[in-house]
Amino acid sequence: MKIAILCSRVRVEEKLLFEAFETLGAPALRIDEREIAARIGEYAPQVDLLLERSISASAGLVALQLFEAAGVTTLNTHRTSETCADKIRTSIALARAGVDQPRTEIAFSTDAAIEAIERIGYPVVMKPPVGSWGRLLARINDRDAAEAVLEHKEVLGGVGHNIYYIQEFIEKPQRDIRAFVIGSETICAIYRTSPHWITNTARGGVATNCPVTDEITDICRRAALAVSGGEGGILALDLFEAPDGRLLVCEVNHTMEFRNSITTTGVNIPERMARYALEQAEARAVRV
Amino acid sequence: MNTCIECGAELNIPTGVMMGEILPCPDCGVELEVTNLTPLTVELAPQEMEDWGE
Repeated sequence: MKIAILCSRVRVEEKLLFEAFETLGAPALRIDEREIAARIGEYAPQVDLLLERSISASAGLVALQLFEAAGVTTLNTHRTSETCADKIRTSIALARAGVDQPRTEIAFSTDAAIEAIERIGYPVVMKPPVGSWGRLLARINDRDAAEAVLEHKEVLGGVGHNIYYIQEFIEKPQRDIRAFVIGSETICAIYRTSPHWITNTARGGVATNCPVTDEITDICRRAALAVSGGEGGILALDLFEAPDGRLLVCEVNHTMEFRNSITTTGVNIPERMARYALEQAEARAVRV
Repeated sequence: MNTCIECGAELNIPTGVMMGEILPCPDCGVELEVTNLTPLTVELAPQEMEDWGE
């Protein structure tokens, strides 16, 4: 069974994944997307399964299309990754499946964005539809801030910044939950605690273990299936604990980082990922 | 001896270093990418892009 990991930048996570495959007796080949030049219709990488771990969402999505066109099993699939990489697609998929999420509106102009913001009510959070690590998030507390942020995005932003993704601000208890899903099973979760309203560990949020409750298991399963067309995958879900007691899915990540969560949860996340990948590759081999 | 191509400081090379791994310079903090293992070669790592993340 030939397993490959697609990555340009080798983060701690990728090193741990290479080690995990090695430990399981299936050393993984590293494919750096910067070295790919693929002729359409003829590209035939000699691997059975590709684990997509590119730090670039755009590169990862294109590579997945090339590998899937060549008949390679992929994790996550292009379909799942495309949904997770774009918050608008994610929100639509979650809504279609009836999964609770913060109220979200999409607007195509600054005037429409102001209307959407004031329908929701201040404060709101504006996010780029494509982005990660808490980058370029804006908490907008009043009309003055809304006008300023929208003008900056309109004038300075690229094409993708003129589609406005606006969510209600959830008053969470200075933490959110990051849950790790393999297939459709939640294998562990952490709280990410921060006095700042952005709780990403990339922005200084502190990780502690979060017991996986039935409620977490249920919403994560439904969300994972929603974004993957029912297939499941290797996903990290960010959950908010709303003041009314509900859990809300904030976002779903398809190339999750987990360096702060192994010791914290006691779960060997890279090994679970590698085992799942091998199972998927073997299942595909049996079908073919 | 492997040195930072930005400031010349000596680099700490971890055991089992991999192609593509990022080594922060202990002096100037610049990120260096391992682009060859034998001999070990580093280049300035690409800057963070808007679509980077998880």
